[in-house]
Amino acid sequence: MADTGILRARLAAARPQFRATASGRGFGLLIWLIALVASTPLLVAVFSFAFDTGDIWPHLLRYVLPEAMLNTLVLVLGVMVVTTILGVSLAWFVATCEFPGRGFFNWALLLPMAMPGYVLGFAFAALFEYTGPVQGAWRDLFGASLPFPALGAAGASILTLGLVLYPYVFLIARHAFATQGVRSLEVAQSCGIRPWHGFFRVSLPMARPWIAAGLSLAVMESLADFGTVQLFNYTTFTTAIYRSWYGLFSLQSALQLSVVLVALVLIALVLEKRFRGESRYTATSGAAGRRIRPGRAGAAAITAWCSLVLIIAFTLPAGLILAWSVQSFTSEFDDRYWQLAANTLTLATVAALLITAVALLLGFAVRHAPTAINRGLSRIATLGYAIPGTVLAVGFFVPVAWLSGRVNDWFFAGSGTVVALQGGLAVVFLAYLARYLAVAHSSVDSALLRIRPSVEDAARGMGVSGVRLLAKVHIPILRPAIVTALLLVFVDVMKELPITLMTRPFGWDTLAVRVFQLTTEGQWQLAALPALAIVVAGLIPVTILSRRGN
Amino acid sequence: MLELIDVEHSYGDQPVLRGVTLALPEGHIGCILGPSGCGKTTLLRCVAGFERVNAGEIRAAGDVLSGPGHHAPAEQRRIGMVFQDYALLPHLTAQRNVEFALHEKPAKEARQLAASFLERVGLAGLAERFPHELSGGQQQRVAIARALAPEPRLLLMDEPFSNLDMSMRQSLGQEVRDLLKQLGTTSLVAMHDHHDAFALADDAGVLHQGELLQWDTAYQLYHRPVSRFVASFVGKGVWLPGRINGDDTVDTELGVIRGRLKQTFPKGARVELLLRPDDVVHDDDSSMKAEVIARQFKGSEFLYELKTDSGTRLLSSVPSHHNHPVGEKIGIRLETDHMVVFPAE
Repeated sequence: MADTGILRARLAAARPQFRATASGRGFGLLIWLIALVASTPLLVAVFSFAFDTGDIWPHLLRYVLPEAMLNTLVLVLGVMVVTTILGVSLAWFVATCEFPGRGFFNWALLLPMAMPGYVLGFAFAALFEYTGPVQGAWRDLFGASLPFPALGAAGASILTLGLVLYPYVFLIARHAFATQGVRSLEVAQSCGIRPWHGFFRVSLPMARPWIAAGLSLAVMESLADFGTVQLFNYTTFTTAIYRSWYGLFSLQSALQLSVVLVALVLIALVLEKRFRGESRYTATSGAAGRRIRPGRAGAAAITAWCSLVLIIAFTLPAGLILAWSVQSFTSEFDDRYWQLAANTLTLATVAALLITAVALLLGFAVRHAPTAINRGLSRIATLGYAIPGTVLAVGFFVPVAWLSGRVNDWFFAGSGTVVALQGGLAVVFLAYLARYLAVAHSSVDSALLRIRPSVEDAARGMGVSGVRLLAKVHIPILRPAIVTALLLVFVDVMKELPITLMTRPFGWDTLAVRVFQLTTEGQWQLAALPALAIVVAGLIPVTILSRRGN
Repeated sequence: MLELIDVEHSYGDQPVLRGVTLALPEGHIGCILGPSGCGKTTLLRCVAGFERVNAGEIRAAGDVLSGPGHHAPAEQRRIGMVFQDYALLPHLTAQRNVEFALHEKPAKEARQLAASFLERVGLAGLAERFPHELSGGQQQRVAIARALAPEPRLLLMDEPFSNLDMSMRQSLGQEVRDLLKQLGTTSLVAMHDHHDAFALADDAGVLHQGELLQWDTAYQLYHRPVSRFVASFVGKGVWLPGRINGDDTVDTELGVIRGRLKQTFPKGARVELLLRPDDVVHDDDSSMKAEVIARQFKGSEFLYELKTDSGTRLLSSVPSHHNHPVGEKIGIRLETDHMVVFPAE
């Protein structure tokens, strides 16, 4: 009896119970804090109805909302059509057919992801403008009497965003087709259905949840897009918010428009979650079959289709930007560009370090206190990836400006000192944090999941604990994920336009902002040099993605 | 009904099937046995039409399906296939999965036929479930119903029981055999377990490195294997060295063993004799004794590992009411009607 008593006492002492509860509370607090900061813009948007809106709503309803709403819906529907046609057809060919260049297109068709919409857009604008090469050739061929079939602002925006965003659908649909497409086509064949008919009879219905999930991401991105629609002067919610802010200096109407946009985004978000859930249930084993071997003409047609999309969406515009960069390099490359590059690198580096650190804290905190509330909070904290940058800019600017106003009133009233918080970098980094926390978090969290509690227990059993446990187990396993998170956030911040444009302090122009300014003035050739740096950086996440996909 | 004549197939320059020849009569269930990677899945895929043959011919009911310069597309062969992973369409219910195979029939007829086939495989109440809501055995039943519903002229099954547990294999194996016999469907099944195969098949053969070593009745395959590999693959046993001593007698350490020999050997030739566990019979009255050195309880019987005084190890299958502990000496007798003898290596 005495022996068992001692044994039980020893066991109880060995169990780190006390520490767990105390640190559990600390972690809980940390999670609350991160979730609160990241969801500030959403809270601001929700509570903005409580503010005195004066006569803003009649004005918005009459002059702004109808156009913004109609254009946004047209844009979203158009992008859905383009991304479905491109993404699904290309994914099916690459995953289930054998044709010349299949291995190459398997990764190369992701390349358009490297190009921000505002860069592809200005390359198209330069090619197709009245004085551009395409219309010139048209007039030479047909004379001035036959008008050029121009796309208009809506068409140009839809086509550009469709070409930039189809990789989302391609990536997810390809996964669905590759894991079950070939085998299910064999099932169809053994039931007497020809492979080409099998696409409509089997592949398409089966991959529907995946296609829908990819489409929802494309929809969220097109709702968030600012640079492309602004370039083509197409008024959607994001550009309306920007103009209320800069043109009318009406923070209130920018805020009210944000509320409507957030509602649209949340609908897309809910749909995406639903389809993702559905696709989890219908996942089956990925036994490989034999890819379809189309005839010579069929294979050539598939190769031609893949090449056409790749050339229009990447090769042609990238080549153009490269050529112009070389031309304008000697005349344009000077200290100003070093300053732009330095700004961009500083912002992107600081943001990457900050956001990855917060993602790690969040991941570890939820791991050590995995209650339902904490997991829910962590989901709220990473919701910002769906919220357009324009909304985040407004959503952080308003409370920070209010706060710094109060601070000035209370502490420095009459002293002449002004705390320059509202114009400082705080808003920029807070908005970056809200938008990109999910990017870093998903990378870090999936690596954290791989460290099973049993691994930690086993290490403790071998006498490894504390800092040594962190150094021997956690850091080595997490290192690649941390590097990936840093890279992804770095590149995203580098390409980012609306947050930087709307909240940067004076003197903090980045490469993206410079591209925007130059293209607004129609200076396509000069915009090529900063755009080139952005596209090259954009290739980094594409390589990471394509490697992960394989 | 199904005929394969010198079928050759290769992936790149890696030969997978070498001169496979077999014939399966109408209504028979044939079984291709072999270790994984022997080419049995490829053989089925060639018959189904998913793979082209490099040489040789595949015929069904007189029609040439694959041959020199000819390849009937899989969708025109009217051959049902049950894949190893069942390959149910995940977005369709059990009922819809079966209806999918009946797309050429009017909708109403397809619905009724599908329901009746699901009933035949014992899934009447589960027709509206999705594949992920069914157990492995139930998914397999749906896959079988789907393959049989359009009344194919031939049914192919790739490792139909490999993902199921032991008791499920035995019961489902019997049910499948009854169903196929009832429908009179000619079937070719690929398997790696000879127990499953013997329970299901009329005809069987062992495929080894792309070569079909023997194609015979299941009974002959077990009792008259044509090579050591076949003999070892279709059942347990020990090889006992010996010398031929006249017709149908072999001298071994265990004395003179008599039985019918399939081949003729010169007198005095050094050979090895296969003794299966069922050839070594427990008999208390026998003068030949062997010590129990290990035993495995199999329910209705014990598998004893025995050692004779001269040091020879034997396996013996004994009804399980003969319970002898390790270390005890028990009497044994050899019953070797069919002697399996190969030249010594």
